[in-house]
Amino acid sequence: MSATDTPASLPAPAAPDSARRSPWGEVLHSLSRSGTFLTGLFILLFWVVCALFGQNFVPYDPLASDIINALTPPAADHWFGTDQLGRDVFSRVIVGSRDILTVAPLATILATIAGTALGLVIGYFRGIVDDIVSRVLEAFMAIPVVIIALLAIVALGTSKITVIVVIGLSFAPIIARTVRSAVLAERELDYVAAAKLRHEGALHTMFVEILPNVIPPILVETTVRLGYAIFAVATLSFMGFGIQPPSPDWGLSISSNYGMIGGGFWWTVLFDALAIASLVIGVNLVADGVHGAFND
Amino acid sequence: MVFLGGQVLPGNVGRAILGPFADQRAVDALNHSLGVDRPLLVQYGSWIWNFLHGDMGTSYVFRAPVAPFVVDALGNSMKLALVAFVLVVPIGILGGVIAALNFNRPLDRIISLGGLSVTVLPEFVTGIILILIFGVWLRWLPIAAAWPKGAGFFTQLYYLILPSLPLFLVLFGYIARMARSGMIEALDSDYTRTAVLKGLPWRTVIWRHVLRNALLPTITVIATQTGYLIGGLVVIETLFRYQGIGSLIFTAARGKDFPMLEAGILTIGIVYAVATLVADFLYSVLNPRIRLGAEQ
Repeated sequence: MSATDTPASLPAPAAPDSARRSPWGEVLHSLSRSGTFLTGLFILLFWVVCALFGQNFVPYDPLASDIINALTPPAADHWFGTDQLGRDVFSRVIVGSRDILTVAPLATILATIAGTALGLVIGYFRGIVDDIVSRVLEAFMAIPVVIIALLAIVALGTSKITVIVVIGLSFAPIIARTVRSAVLAERELDYVAAAKLRHEGALHTMFVEILPNVIPPILVETTVRLGYAIFAVATLSFMGFGIQPPSPDWGLSISSNYGMIGGGFWWTVLFDALAIASLVIGVNLVADGVHGAFND
Repeated sequence: MVFLGGQVLPGNVGRAILGPFADQRAVDALNHSLGVDRPLLVQYGSWIWNFLHGDMGTSYVFRAPVAPFVVDALGNSMKLALVAFVLVVPIGILGGVIAALNFNRPLDRIISLGGLSVTVLPEFVTGIILILIFGVWLRWLPIAAAWPKGAGFFTQLYYLILPSLPLFLVLFGYIARMARSGMIEALDSDYTRTAVLKGLPWRTVIWRHVLRNALLPTITVIATQTGYLIGGLVVIETLFRYQGIGSLIFTAARGKDFPMLEAGILTIGIVYAVATLVADFLYSVLNPRIRLGAEQ
């Protein structure tokens, strides 16, 4: 691992093929050539743009109801039709990316920070701390996220913050486990021994010496978790425990419209379902690309 | 290493039941707020005691003992899970094996990428899309898993196909991926080469040498998916209005029916523990190395 001398936050610019690249330049270079990554990034960016600016270019107000034109099938003036309150489905799908793309990344960031700190500590100290904490984490991971979330949200009430915290904390053990195994390998290396000989404190050794060297597995795990976070947020919203009305969120829209599916009003749910599908697959393609770039 | 895994697993199972549920109990106790003056442990103990004697408490909502509801729901869920498993285990393994035998050819790409894509999608998204295709457009299958009273085996099966498909899709990706990587590893091994060089027919090599070794890890994966399956059931049963343990927990959580909720969750915990144990047992029966290790 020679990444110690490269500031992690400052990836080197991609150099021409012949030049020698820093490790991060290498990764960027292989990412820029990975079809999987670029496809995923394109999909992800599309939805990010929709989330940020969608409000400005959609043809209708996603929240404005128009009962007279309720449940009209897709046509020229309503591309994706209208829902039971006459709201334009196209506008709702575009703007519906906003909440999920706020909640899921924040949950992932929380999971990454908590998981990394925990993983560093148990990986660095090992011994009894590791034994106890690892067992607790394993027990925690054995329960499906949906169930944890359900219980926590019943106890704490529904809000975006609760969803972020619940998903963040239930993903943290998984990240902690990844970080732990990376740290276990790192702590045997000479630079850690050198730091100890210099009488650096445990905190310094963990966060200043080891952390920069375990960034790659953390990055990979974080992108993978983002996919699962979107999965979880969408599912919770669908169950009514996540994002709340009147948000045009996709999962929420599906849950309020799928009851009428038997009546043939397919357009009220299909586009939301496809939107979730595309976002989840996009993020997973990105994760796959990142994984490939760090492991080649 | 494998032997160690077998030793650690049952230990975790115990914790999986006790640790998290003690927590959940604390959470619920908070909600109960009044009427909980006994120490938490005593309360928890007596609740477990009653539970073991078949008294799961009285539902707040139905004003009736919880037990019959839970038993009914568990039976229904098991039917659904069974249909999904019976479909997915052979097909998933077959998919993985075919992909491995066509390693890096288009067929492998299709199975791997397809499997990965459907695995990462939330169940309700694939569920909605499947309902639209088979229930609304083609009208082949019923969109709600509610069969007429006294329906026979095949009628029930007919109603369960659609709900089991989303579970099938999620599990298919995992199982196929594990079977594929197990196969590739086994195909690459020395004993396979020896068998081929010995002049054994290819078919015999695959059946007697490769498959046996390749499928062991797959079995573990199938078992670990029980936990996932339970989370999936909550969503699927809600979507298809199926009276299983998942929808029981969901309804109880929404209605703040704590005795029902606790009984449901504890039941799930037990099912999970039993499934893990069975998997552990199966694994050690199938793997001669573990049997030896245990005797030493």
